[in-house]
Amino acid sequence: MALSGLAIYKMLPQTNCKECGFPTCLAFAMKLAARQVELSACPYVSEETKAQLDSAAAPPIRLIALGRDSHKLEVGNETVIFRHEKTFYHQPGLFYRLSTALGDQEFSGLLDQIASYQVERVGVALRVDGVAIQDASGSAETFAKRVAQAAEKELALILISADPAVMEAGLKAVEGRAPLVYAATAENWEKMAALAHQYGAPLAVRGKDGDLEGLAALVQEITSKAKAEDLVLDPGTRGWADTLAAFTKIRRAAIKKNFRSLGYPVIAFPGEGAGADSLEMETMLAAQAIDKYGSLIVLDRFDKAALYSLLTLRQNIYTDPQKPIQVTPGLYEISSPNADSPLLVTTNFSLTYFSVAGEVEGSGRPAWLLVTDSEGMSVLTAWAAGKFDAERIAKAVRASGVTERIKHQKIVIPGFVASISGELEEELAGWEILVGPREAIGIPSFLRQMAA
Amino acid sequence: MSAAVPDVKEIWSGRIVEVTLGAGPDQGGTRRTTVTVGGQNTLPFLHFEGQMPHKPVVAVEVRDQAPDDWSELLVQAWGDVLSDPAAWAARAEELGAEVIALSLDSAHPERGDTGAKEARSTVRRVLEATGIPLIVYGPGQPDKDNEVLVAAAEEAAGERIALGNCEEKNYRTIVAAALANDQLVIAKTPIDVNLAKQLNVLIGDMRLSRDHIIMDPTTGALGYGLEYTYSVMERVRLAALSGDAALQQPMIVTAGYEAWRAKETRTGEGVPAEWGDWRTRSLLWEANTAVTLLETGADIVVLRHPDVIPLVKQAIEGLMQDSPVA
Repeated sequence: MALSGLAIYKMLPQTNCKECGFPTCLAFAMKLAARQVELSACPYVSEETKAQLDSAAAPPIRLIALGRDSHKLEVGNETVIFRHEKTFYHQPGLFYRLSTALGDQEFSGLLDQIASYQVERVGVALRVDGVAIQDASGSAETFAKRVAQAAEKELALILISADPAVMEAGLKAVEGRAPLVYAATAENWEKMAALAHQYGAPLAVRGKDGDLEGLAALVQEITSKAKAEDLVLDPGTRGWADTLAAFTKIRRAAIKKNFRSLGYPVIAFPGEGAGADSLEMETMLAAQAIDKYGSLIVLDRFDKAALYSLLTLRQNIYTDPQKPIQVTPGLYEISSPNADSPLLVTTNFSLTYFSVAGEVEGSGRPAWLLVTDSEGMSVLTAWAAGKFDAERIAKAVRASGVTERIKHQKIVIPGFVASISGELEEELAGWEILVGPREAIGIPSFLRQMAA
Repeated sequence: MSAAVPDVKEIWSGRIVEVTLGAGPDQGGTRRTTVTVGGQNTLPFLHFEGQMPHKPVVAVEVRDQAPDDWSELLVQAWGDVLSDPAAWAARAEELGAEVIALSLDSAHPERGDTGAKEARSTVRRVLEATGIPLIVYGPGQPDKDNEVLVAAAEEAAGERIALGNCEEKNYRTIVAAALANDQLVIAKTPIDVNLAKQLNVLIGDMRLSRDHIIMDPTTGALGYGLEYTYSVMERVRLAALSGDAALQQPMIVTAGYEAWRAKETRTGEGVPAEWGDWRTRSLLWEANTAVTLLETGADIVVLRHPDVIPLVKQAIEGLMQDSPVA
């Protein structure tokens, strides 16, 4: 259980020496309880206290790392049930499963596509996190070969085999790479846990049909007897409601009850879902796993369109609700505009900015884009909140220095705020206010008409 | 082998109001099927914790005139029926729609400026062509909304249709029309828990009973603010289950409308190759918007593309299966 500020205070030196940067030990204790400072800021804390506080401060869901260095993926360490309570921290890793049954060409082809897939959305590069190599034949040699091949890419790895001998061959092929070992079951856990320990790899623990009592018992066996601590849970559910129930219970047990035996990230296999016989169903089940508590998601069907929708959803759900993604307000040049190029204005919500900038760029027509400070709100929201009105726009025009860079006095406002054009005319004496399209997608044709 | 796992069931004091759309012959209407939503006393689909007596349903959007700004994918998928709301609605019912969401778009001053007479005729024709419950939306312009929604409420007397959108600026007229003709309203507010609550209270003050109100908390599409609306809906539902009576209305979401405004669905050309196949992307854009909103409490999902209907229904079916997890 997390300790209260007072409980922590009792363990501190209580000298109020201020060396931690806080006026009193109590103030420091409160910050510690809120996890806003590190205990190491106190130079006088005893080793005993350190050990006690460290264990109390352990996150309710353990942080698990797959891989190292440039291909390292961290999942877990979540602290809330609902994103609005604070935020979700570590977005789920998206993996594709490649079977050893695939021929050489098919395997390499898919692996290349997965590894090279990259798409940008609101200024962030989105990628696949890794691949899961599925042992389909029981051949240690083939498995090791495929695992080694996958390890040549900048990807995190999951090794899937029920046979400890095959698993060991795979682990040996990528020593030091810390792939996830999938999976320890009631039948083979001793050997799998020993392998994970020996190769310094995290271990997935697989239960049956959502039986969480059984899964927790298995976890307890493994953590007490095999000293494996870096675990990932698979409750064994594969459908819609059963998976939602199991994932929800695991998350609640870890966070609300601080139940350590289920305090680990959770893995989902939407392609194995009941009724997931199509790309669409698999993708929709994966969407549920992104929305509701999945930490590793292993997909079976590689499709760019489906992947793009999941990457977008993941970006949405794991956006910090307290910090809308913003861009810096100011004047942006798109496609090297000159003194005759049109001037457009929009808000500094990043999605708004990237939608507008993307369309202007796509239109092939250079333009000036003035981004006002709307505190990260979109056009309509900012307008409703009084953060994107005539006064603010006029102020931004003057502050931007754009008047010295263009010869005309025309400004295009978003169609959604057509109603402010009168006021803006008053604020910007001598300017012509043009009402642009409501959606960014209408910008290219608007710019074309403007030039005609 | 088994270990004691702490009980994580929440005890909720609140329950969502049951709302029935549509009326059959024995209740003064002509619907072959009616739809009841709400009644749950738990978060979506957590069958281990409470009851969810009614599954969420799929409504399909139909317009009273062929849309001129829809994605080519939608235009091709629906084909000729787009120019005939009655045929369109009948086709939607065949494809699995459980409710028709008819939009009287032609009443908009800039898109036809049709009036009460045309609205009555369209509502009548759609009712005759289908046996499922009906939602009627005005064109979204206050004066015209009042005109055509009052006409629709009168024309469909006894049918228990829902009138939308009932917003802060026009709720008096719409609620009065609902009261006079025993219809429901869709109370729409802009992505805000308190505004949603306030409108429900205002409507309640006019004595429209709670089982006549569905709320639309306003949603965004995948990639376009979905997370914001997702969290607002989650907060609305949590407040409702915690006992806030003014937020205990079932929720309707316009997943199709939102998803098909996105660039990802509108355009197949001039987009990055990594976006993949246009049709697959678009269907999944709508489907994943719908799935995410279902996970956060949507009771009625309004869709656009015919091929997304079975996908979302299959997901709902899976979500309604009582889980084997004890």
